Formats: sequence, C-alpha cells, structure tokens
Amino acid sequence: MTALQLPARKPCYHCGLAVPHGSRYTVHIDGHSREMCCPGCQAVAQTIVDGGLDNFYRHRDGQSADSELIRTNSSNRRRQELELYDNPDVQGSFVHNAGDSQREALLVIEGITCAACVWLLEKHLTSQPGVTAASVNMTTHRARIRWHSETAHLSHLLAEIDRLGYQGHPYQPNREEQLLEQERKRAVRRLGVAGVCMAQTMMLAAALYAGELSHSMDAHIITLMNWASMVLATPVAFYSSMPFYKAAWRDLQTRSLSMDVPVSLAILLAYFASVWSTVSGSGDVYFESVTMFAFFLLVGRFMEMAARHRTGRAGNALLDLLPTSAIRLDGDTETLVPATQLRTGDRVLVKSGHTIPADGRVIEGRSSVDESALTGEYLPQSRSTGELVIGGTLNIEHPLQIEVTETGSESRLSAIVRMLDRAQAEKPSVARIADRVASQFVAATLLTAAAVAVFWYFYDPARAFWVTLSVLVVTCPCALSLATPTALTAATGTLRQRGMLISRGHVLESFATATHIVFDKTGTLTEGNLNIEEIRPVSVLDSQTLLSIAAALESRSEHPIARAFRAHAVQAATDVQVHVGQGLSGTVEGKRYRIGKPGFVWPDDTPKQPESSGLWLLLADAEQPLGWFRLDDQIRAEATTALAELRALGLIPLMLTGDASDAAQKVASHLGIDQVFSGMSPEQKLAHLNQLSQQGAEIIMVGDGINDIPALAGARTSVAMASATDLAKTNADAVLIANDLMRLADSVRMARKTRTIIRENLSWALLYNLLALPAAAAGLVPPYWAAIGMSASSLVVVGNAMRLSRRHVAAQPTNEEAER
Amino acid sequence: MDIVILLIPIAIILAGFAIWAFFWSVNSGQFDDLDSPAHRILYDDDDDLIPEDARQKKDKPAPESQDQDTR
Repeated sequence: MTALQLPARKPCYHCGLAVPHGSRYTVHIDGHSREMCCPGCQAVAQTIVDGGLDNFYRHRDGQSADSELIRTNSSNRRRQELELYDNPDVQGSFVHNAGDSQREALLVIEGITCAACVWLLEKHLTSQPGVTAASVNMTTHRARIRWHSETAHLSHLLAEIDRLGYQGHPYQPNREEQLLEQERKRAVRRLGVAGVCMAQTMMLAAALYAGELSHSMDAHIITLMNWASMVLATPVAFYSSMPFYKAAWRDLQTRSLSMDVPVSLAILLAYFASVWSTVSGSGDVYFESVTMFAFFLLVGRFMEMAARHRTGRAGNALLDLLPTSAIRLDGDTETLVPATQLRTGDRVLVKSGHTIPADGRVIEGRSSVDESALTGEYLPQSRSTGELVIGGTLNIEHPLQIEVTETGSESRLSAIVRMLDRAQAEKPSVARIADRVASQFVAATLLTAAAVAVFWYFYDPARAFWVTLSVLVVTCPCALSLATPTALTAATGTLRQRGMLISRGHVLESFATATHIVFDKTGTLTEGNLNIEEIRPVSVLDSQTLLSIAAALESRSEHPIARAFRAHAVQAATDVQVHVGQGLSGTVEGKRYRIGKPGFVWPDDTPKQPESSGLWLLLADAEQPLGWFRLDDQIRAEATTALAELRALGLIPLMLTGDASDAAQKVASHLGIDQVFSGMSPEQKLAHLNQLSQQGAEIIMVGDGINDIPALAGARTSVAMASATDLAKTNADAVLIANDLMRLADSVRMARKTRTIIRENLSWALLYNLLALPAAAAGLVPPYWAAIGMSASSLVVVGNAMRLSRRHVAAQPTNEEAER
Repeated sequence: MDIVILLIPIAIILAGFAIWAFFWSVNSGQFDDLDSPAHRILYDDDDDLIPEDARQKKDKPAPESQDQDTR
C-alpha cells in the first residue's frame, strides 16, 4: 500500500486555497510576485491591482481571507444573465429614477467578509464611468449604486462586481426585512434621545447636588433647574422608554413578572414623583436617575438587537439556492428568462454545471445531480428520463431537459422553508436567569415598599410618600437589570472576535446548560468535498504517474470527484468522453485511458475492489488495469480534538445525517461518536430532536445544509457552519464564522464563565439592595446618595462583566496559532 | 448668577436642535452601517494627494531577497 505523499502547498495569495502543482498563475502585488491557485483568482487580483486598489490586500482581515471569496465567473451564461438586468421590466422591482436621468439600485453583494471588501467595492464602482455614487453597507451586505442611465449600464456594473470576485444580486426587501429596518431605526432614535437628554440632565443635577451640599443656591434657581430637568427628562420617559412599558404590559397580561415590570415601575414612579415635587415645589427630584437608568438599559438592548440583526438577512436567503435565470424551450427556440417567470409545464434546458431552477421531471437526457445541499448525500445521484429533480440542486455532467412540475410555494425547497417556520414557532422559549430572579425580586420589592409605606403612614404621614419613593429608587433594579445584559454583551463581543457569531440572546445561557451536541456529517464534521486518500498501483506504473494520468482525465469535468484531482493536474487529456454514473475515458499522451467504476473500466474479469471503505475508482489503459484510487470525504482536521474537548466538558455527541452510506458509521467511529442515525430526512431529524428534548436533553445542533434547517430551527440552540447556505445561517442561533469546530468548545467554556459572572453580578446587586433598603426605609437616604449608590453599583456590575472581554481570561489554548 | 436664567433655556433649545439633527441623520441612513466606518479611516487612499517628491517608494519592486514587511 502506498500512502499518498502530498508536498506542502502554498496558499493562494488571493483566496487562501492551496496552489496546485505547477501552477503558473502569478500576479505582481506590492512588489512581489504572488502565487495564485487558478486563472479566476489571477483575473480578480489583476483587476484589483490594475485599478490601483492593492491596499485591499493590506487591510483585509486575516481570518476571513480564505473563507468566502467567490472566484470570478466570467462565463457566457453569466454575461447573458446580467444583460437581463438591463431590461426595464426586470429592473422595475429594484431600480428607481433618481432624477437627472440618474438611476439608483439596491443590490445584495455576496462574498463580503470584512471592511476591506467594502472599501474595494466602493472604490472600484465609483471609478467606473457614469457612476455618481456607490456605498456598501458592511452589516447588511447591501450596496446602493447611482449611475447615469445614458453612460452606464447596470449589467456592466454587475459585471464589474463579478470581476472583483463578488456577486451582486438585486435586493428586493420583503416585509419582514422592512420591519427589521424600522425597528432598528426606532431603536437608534430612542437611544440618541436618551443620550442627549441624559447628558443635559446630568449637568443640571451636578449643579443641584453642589448647591445642596454648600447650601448656597438661590431657591428660584433651584426651581428653574428642576423645571429644566423635567423638560429634558420628559422625552426620555415617554419616548425612549416606550419599549419597556410595552413589554411590561405584555408581561402583566400573561401574568409573568420579568425585568421590564420593575424597570417601568421605577421609571414611571420616579418621573411622576419628580414632576409632582417640581410643580408643588417640595420634595426631591430624581430626573437624572430616570434618564441615566433608561439610557443604560437602552444601550444594553441595542447591543442585543444589533447582534440579532447581524445574521437576520432573511430576504436573500433563497437567492443563493435558486438560479436567477433559466433557459426556457419554446418549441425549438431557447429563451433566457428570469427563473421567477417559470410556470408549471414549462420545458427548461439545464446545462451541465448549472443549478436546476425549479422542481421538475427529466424528459430528455441523463446526468448526475449533486443533491448534497438538500439531502446530505455527498455523492451525486444519477438521474435519467422520467425521474424527478429538485430545484436548487446542481446538474453536473450532461444537459437535461426538464418539465417544470412545481414552482414557488409548492416546491420542495419552499416546503422545507415552511417546516422551518413551524419548527421555530413551536420552539420552547428559554427561561432566562435574570427573569427568574426578577420575578422574585419584584415581588419582594413591592411588598417591602408597601410595608414601608404603611409604617410611615402611621409614624409620620408627611414623609411617607418620599420615603417609599426612595425605597423604590434605591432598590431600583438598575444593577440587577444590567447584570445579565452587560455580561452577555461582553461575552458575545469576545466570541465574535474569536469566530463565533451569536445572534440570539439565549444562546450563551443554553450553551452553558446543554447536555447533548448533535452534528450533521457532510460539511460539518467533514470538509464536504472528496479528497484522494490513497493510491494503490496494480501495474508497473508508480502512484505519482497514475495520479497525473487520472488528473489529466478528470481536468475537464465538473463532477465532485474531478474536483479532488484538480490540484494535481499538470496536463490535460484530449478527446474526453463522460459516461454518466460510470466514469470517463480520454487520451493522454497518445494513449487511451478509462477511469471510473471498476465494472465500466474493465468490464471483463473485473479486478476485486480493495476491502477498506470509501469510494474506489479504477484506472486502466487499453491493455490492463493500472491502479486504484480511494476517495473520501475528509474529516475536518480539528474534529477529533474538538469532540474530545466537548466530551471533556460533559456533552454527549450525536450524529444525524442524511447520508445513507456506510461513510456515516466510519466517520462516527473515527471520532468516537456512539449514537449515529444515518439516512435521515429533514423531517426525521426534527422529529428525533424533539424526541430527545422530551426526554429532558438540552441540545445544541450543528449543521450546514438545507436538510439541516428544520432541525436547526427546532433545536434549543443551533449553530451553522460558515460555509452553510444563507438560509441555514439566518435561522441558526449562532454562526461559526471561523469554520473551526474548536470554537464550539471555546464557546461552551465561555458560556459557563458568563453564567458565573451573571451569578456574581446578581448576587452583588441583591447584596447592595439588601444594604441600601434598610437605610432607605429608615428615611436616611437623600436623592443624591440614592443616585450615587445606584451608579456605583451599576459600575461594579459593568466592570465585572467586562472581565469577560479580557483576552487572557477567555483565551484557552486553541489551534489558531498552530494553523498560522 | 442670574445669567443661568438665560443659559439654561438656551441649553434646552440646543439639546432640541441636537435631537432634531440626530433624527435627520438616522433617517438619511447615516446609522445604517456601524461597522465599516470604524475601519475606513485606516485606509490610506490618499496616494494621489501626496506630492511626488515626498512619496515613499513602495511601487518599486523590491528584490525578493530583502523580503521584509514595509507596512
């Protein structure tokens, strides 16, 4: 047996993939000749350098450099497709007139990974003739382009985006996204108002405190300042704090006490009491406490919301999966139409290498279809006349004519999306620690306040109201309600820097308590593509020669098998014929070879296939079989260590996969996963997860494909891989942007650390309240002491939470350094 | 001290103006992207503004042997 020795390969300077042997693609960047892996990267890099934009390579983030860059796509088909966008009918939905014969379009750009991408796109687009403005939003990946319709064409601009290695699609916002956008803007406005008013009120409060301490301020100036504070605090109380009141009202209707109830109570009581004392000219004012309290809380809520929206780009989720255009056959004529215009019964031609635009039945042709995204099967399935194909899957080898059977909401893809909506609606809500503590705390505070009020009513009725109010303000749950959000925000930020993007608030808490972790196989535990694992020569030729012959034969094919050979191609075969589902034949250096299934390559007297599992290919010339190649989906390099760490943290790993082959069992036994369920449909995956949850398991689901989406939506916590489809990422609670399974263990550790910090914070806040309450109840706390105590306790809580973002606390040894 | 009687209302009016300006900037989309502006100032894209004689010679291909980072 010959183990395959692959020499270490340099990464492509542009995309980070390994540079194949004998690659002659280089670009001169920054004074050095840089190696590129393919002509695509070379073209993109050359465009960037020629445009004088080579700063891009200096500024981009190291982490994202290799993950998502799409290689340029300059095919004829793409050009024709882009020309569709010059058609006014097609433009109607996303382009509008901006006056002076200018037009403006909103695009979604795929492939943006860092701020350097944004810079590159903006620079390059603005330098195009006819373009008057181009701005790209890094958070939403949206570009707004304005151009003169006489001097520039949209198709040209889209082609330029393509040339940089990104892909632009028209952006058609759906209703949900518009709502998100509005929610975001409202939140920013509320925060801004609270900030401006807080600063002003604080300034006045400082003067008031100073005056009170020195007893030298005139009464009429105090009155003026109180009135001014009231004017400034009013927008905070009635505009900025609205979300708290609404949430509190909802809680009261559902008879649960969350943090919003005491927050609203404290804001409203303190505000109205201060108004009353300002108007009547007696008593204390708490306007600065009201504004500060509201501002801090709004900052926390805003951070949470920003993290949630980061992945919430639902509108373009289906965009990646279905192609933008399709070739419709009307009689014998071929017309390129937008895929959305296809109707049931249309005949469509799907060329090799293209995505099938709708569900349909094959009426002519025979080819293999890559369905891995929808079913998890990592090998393409052979499809011939009469068989059904699914929209969104990839036709690999031969042209297929299909008759459309379902489009739009009836298609298989939409059915999966619907299942996802249902799973999400049925997802059990997670009771958060803060809310549990809050409801007890709220009850206790209200009872104490009532008791204090009753006592003072009999003891000294004149002061009863003010003492009761100071009890409410002193115990005002500021520290308590900041305890959780600050810790979560700090932890979320730290994890994001380290490659784990968290988009739902409950993730850290559920990570800390999880008992099971469920993995998908293809693309999650494995790389998701085939690799040459082993070569066994059976003739005089050595493995290196066999490899170069095989690579030459496979160099023309788009099949996933061929991709494994691509890195080794040094020459190309001529006269290559593809035999669907069987193999290839072709001529290399004047000799005829066949590669593929043993029964096809050497039909008479087929040699015996070696025992070990995997996909075996046979190579033969006209006289004899030459050697075997074993291909397999490679297990991720870090998977073994990551699983060992997760087990050490007390999590039980499981594997649910759509792949029905014995590869599942093999991967599982290699990684030491005992519970494996293979050949599962999306429905079965979801059902299995629900069954596990009913037995009391708390599950983290990690997946990437369309077939995982319902399971991702139904699991308590879900994590999508960076390479996952947008739809999966949008619906997952977290995205592993570093594409490194080690981050899962890090995140679990971080989550547990966060839980400890939250508990510390809550204990501190309760302790402070226990100390302050008797003093307030005894009537010993003047308003400025109440405010100082509140601020101090909040600062302690925030400071404690910030410990989570210190690097050396979080930094456990990872393989990040080793990789670099 | 009576000057504060004038100054405080002015402060309130200025705060009102600040809020109005803030609303305007939110509505015109200036707060849509909070991530990339932080990075943008770091990009030196002022090459063409630097006078010819003051430029650093970074475009000149350095010999491969002196492969050092000049950033």
